Amino acid sequence: MEESQGIPVSKSRVLVSVNDWSAFRTLAVSFGLTASSFAQSAAQESNSTNIFAPSSTPADSIFRLSLLVLAATGAIFAVVFSMLLYAAVKFRGRSGDNREPPQVYGSDQLELAWTVIPVLIVMVLFIASARVIHAVQDARRPPGTIEVTAVGHQFWWEFRYQQYGFVTANELHVPVSDPGRSSPTFITLLSADTDHSFWVPRLAGKTDLIPNHPNSLWIDPQEPGIYLGQCAQYCGTQHAKMLLRVYVESRADFDRWVRKQQAIQANAAMSPEALEGRRVFESTACINCHTIEGTVADGRFGPNLRHLMSRDTIASGAAPNTSENLRAWIQNPNAIKPGSLMPAMNLTNKQLNEVTEYMLTLR
Amino acid sequence: MGMTAMSSNSIPISETVSQVAERKPLSEILHEWVITVDHKRLGLMYIGLALLFLALGGLEAAIMRIQLAVPHAHFVSPQVFNRMFTMHGTTMIFFVAMTILFGFGIYLVPLMIGTRDMAFPRLNAWGFWMSAFGGLLLYFSFIGGEGLSGAGTAPDVGWWAYAPLTSPAFSKGHSTDYWTISLLIAGFGTLATAINFVATILSMRCSGMTLGKMPLLCWMYLVTGGLLLFTITPLTAAQLMLMIDRYLGGHFFDTQAGGSAVMWMHFFWIFGHPEVYVLILPSFAFVSEIVPVFSRKPIFGYPIMVAATVAIGFISMSVWAHHMFTVGMASYSNAFFVLTSMAIAVPTGIKIFNWLGTMWGGQIRYATPMLFCLGFLFQFLIAGLTGVMLGAAPFNWQLSGSYFVIAHFHYVIVGGILFAVFGAFYYWFPKMTGRMLNETLGKWHFGFFFIGFHLTFDFMHGAGILGMPRRIYTYEPNRGWETWNMIVTVGVLFQAVAVLCFAFNLFWSYFRGHATGNDPWDAWTLEWSTSSPPPAYNFAVIPEVKSRRPLWDLKHPEDPDWRYE
Repeated sequence: MEESQGIPVSKSRVLVSVNDWSAFRTLAVSFGLTASSFAQSAAQESNSTNIFAPSSTPADSIFRLSLLVLAATGAIFAVVFSMLLYAAVKFRGRSGDNREPPQVYGSDQLELAWTVIPVLIVMVLFIASARVIHAVQDARRPPGTIEVTAVGHQFWWEFRYQQYGFVTANELHVPVSDPGRSSPTFITLLSADTDHSFWVPRLAGKTDLIPNHPNSLWIDPQEPGIYLGQCAQYCGTQHAKMLLRVYVESRADFDRWVRKQQAIQANAAMSPEALEGRRVFESTACINCHTIEGTVADGRFGPNLRHLMSRDTIASGAAPNTSENLRAWIQNPNAIKPGSLMPAMNLTNKQLNEVTEYMLTLR
Repeated sequence: MGMTAMSSNSIPISETVSQVAERKPLSEILHEWVITVDHKRLGLMYIGLALLFLALGGLEAAIMRIQLAVPHAHFVSPQVFNRMFTMHGTTMIFFVAMTILFGFGIYLVPLMIGTRDMAFPRLNAWGFWMSAFGGLLLYFSFIGGEGLSGAGTAPDVGWWAYAPLTSPAFSKGHSTDYWTISLLIAGFGTLATAINFVATILSMRCSGMTLGKMPLLCWMYLVTGGLLLFTITPLTAAQLMLMIDRYLGGHFFDTQAGGSAVMWMHFFWIFGHPEVYVLILPSFAFVSEIVPVFSRKPIFGYPIMVAATVAIGFISMSVWAHHMFTVGMASYSNAFFVLTSMAIAVPTGIKIFNWLGTMWGGQIRYATPMLFCLGFLFQFLIAGLTGVMLGAAPFNWQLSGSYFVIAHFHYVIVGGILFAVFGAFYYWFPKMTGRMLNETLGKWHFGFFFIGFHLTFDFMHGAGILGMPRRIYTYEPNRGWETWNMIVTVGVLFQAVAVLCFAFNLFWSYFRGHATGNDPWDAWTLEWSTSSPPPAYNFAVIPEVKSRRPLWDLKHPEDPDWRYE
């Protein structure tokens, strides 16, 4: 029973008072061993996208419900499988014995029993599911809520922080939600093109981003750290490399990050090479798709580049954000992410170096 | 069987006639098959067509598994991978599963209800040729899909073809058109076959065979036929709307002009979920015939089995949106579809218990058909339980769109349906050809397939729980998914060996198999009273039955079933 300690039990029930599961706890734990051993292995791994290692109320409510469901289905499996095994062994025909067994046509009592008992189990599971649906979907926004709009694009994520007046891409930053003073993040989900799905398993279940059909989800992560996820609804050629990173930071770190994203950097510090890079950037088609506030670039088709160098990855998580990768990406995006919608601009080596140098100044 | 038994039961037992081999030129033989309206030949053609597509669909699956065996592999490009999963899904559902189940149904239903053909023999042939042309058209996309803009070859929109990925803005060239039109054509054939099943079963039963005395197989095909009429129709409508969008300036699903992507999802899944039952009910049918014969007992609780089948037919039409728990429906809608999805587990559970009840107290013979049925029972039990997990909407928010879902529905379609179909092959092959399939090869086939199936699909659950989404052509190396994926791929090897055993067994046994009489399994339904293979007219004299097991009555005149029913 020591595995039971592997189940992360949320220390606080911030927004939603999940009903008391203690009645089921013992039962659930004994049948939910698989789940909890999954949870244990996840605790040691920072890159985990394990659904059984929740770190936010919605994911945690789902996890608790899943223990109940696993307990119920596990019990059914144990009973029916034992009966199947017993019948298969006990009633095997003996060779040479060709007598027909007694011909039994049915039994009203038995048939009634295996109709009524499943009905009862199903009702319990339905009610338990309905409670969690209501708790997660119909949660209210408390004061102190962070509002972000996520827009799915082929094949990257745009994050708009309207409250703070800036736009970023692929790496979502949210403050940790202190149990005493909850500050959940509500994310409005939109799509610019095809269907996508926002899925960071340790924070919440997935919700789709569908054009003409605004959705939303919320998270209130309680542990700082980087939480990984990715697009979970097939959206085209590069669906596989539409990765997601959620940075959960202390309030102070989050505020610092917000201030940095709001700032517009001065050009004074730029090297001549970077200045030339900026000129190349502003005189090619780059500006049709990308925005850099303070320049002529105001395209909306690709990610906002104002603070490109504040991100750890490029190409929606497909590569680390290093100067070599940046240069390779600008030279030919399809080499890193075949099917990416960013075209190769056929820049000369010199221009490539200059544009890369310019990108490196976008801190 | 003595002549006295024959006359008292009005079921003439055909003597196996030694047919004089008459040499015909190949062209004439082919011509006979092309113009045939005989339900047995059409049934065999359906089965042959399905086996051809099974090989293609399996090859596509193997290509995907090689690509996914290790992270960041470069075996195929993302574009090719996306075509592979689209073609794999479309092929397996529409041109393997449906086709093979129709094949068995068309072959068996007239024989089991004691008649000479389907109600509409020419419509039957038309249905087959529509399916065949639909399948060929789908695969012709590899050649013709490029279109004027030169984009794409085979369809790459996934087998659900969610809008707006299918709109002209995102799907250039003709690949989506091939997908749509091939399924449209096959769908017309399917509707014809559905009408034929319903009409045949309702109006062609032999004397004495009331609905309550029909073999369960026929009940299940009756419900399947009815379901198809209600579910192929919305798919057909949606496909016409999609073509209007693509070529006539419509905006049903064109989100850039205010169309609705969610509407396509509703149209697709109101077809797509009952479709699962369209496929599983015939599999239930095979199991419901095989398990009693090999347990030497009648089916346990026939009336409740019929009731559960009909209940599944109705409830299955109210569960479709459990495929859409993540699309942002209102909380009460989600709750409603949790309730209906959970409710359908009840009649399904009843069936499992009744098969168990049939085995209980029997004298089970473990020939290959029964082995496959046991595999079916074990795997379908698990498939049902993972289905309950997916039916709990919040749990579904994590599991849907992940490898867990892939594991779940392959447990249904491979672990359930395909195992039952393999059982049906071993059980009815002697009736279709007059020769037994080889038992030793059959057991090797079962063993390899069982191991391969579990290696592949058990471990997919793990990958899904660890957060691996479906339909990705590659994955990051640091997520803990590598081992799971490698094992899944290794399982495919075992499955391939099993399928080779099966294919070899089919050929070898067709020519060299142990010749058999009318009734090698000592079974009880009417198809075993005629010769193997049956003559074109099936029965020289239309039989007359008094109970659900006419041949039991014949073999046990001292204790016939009709005394108890």
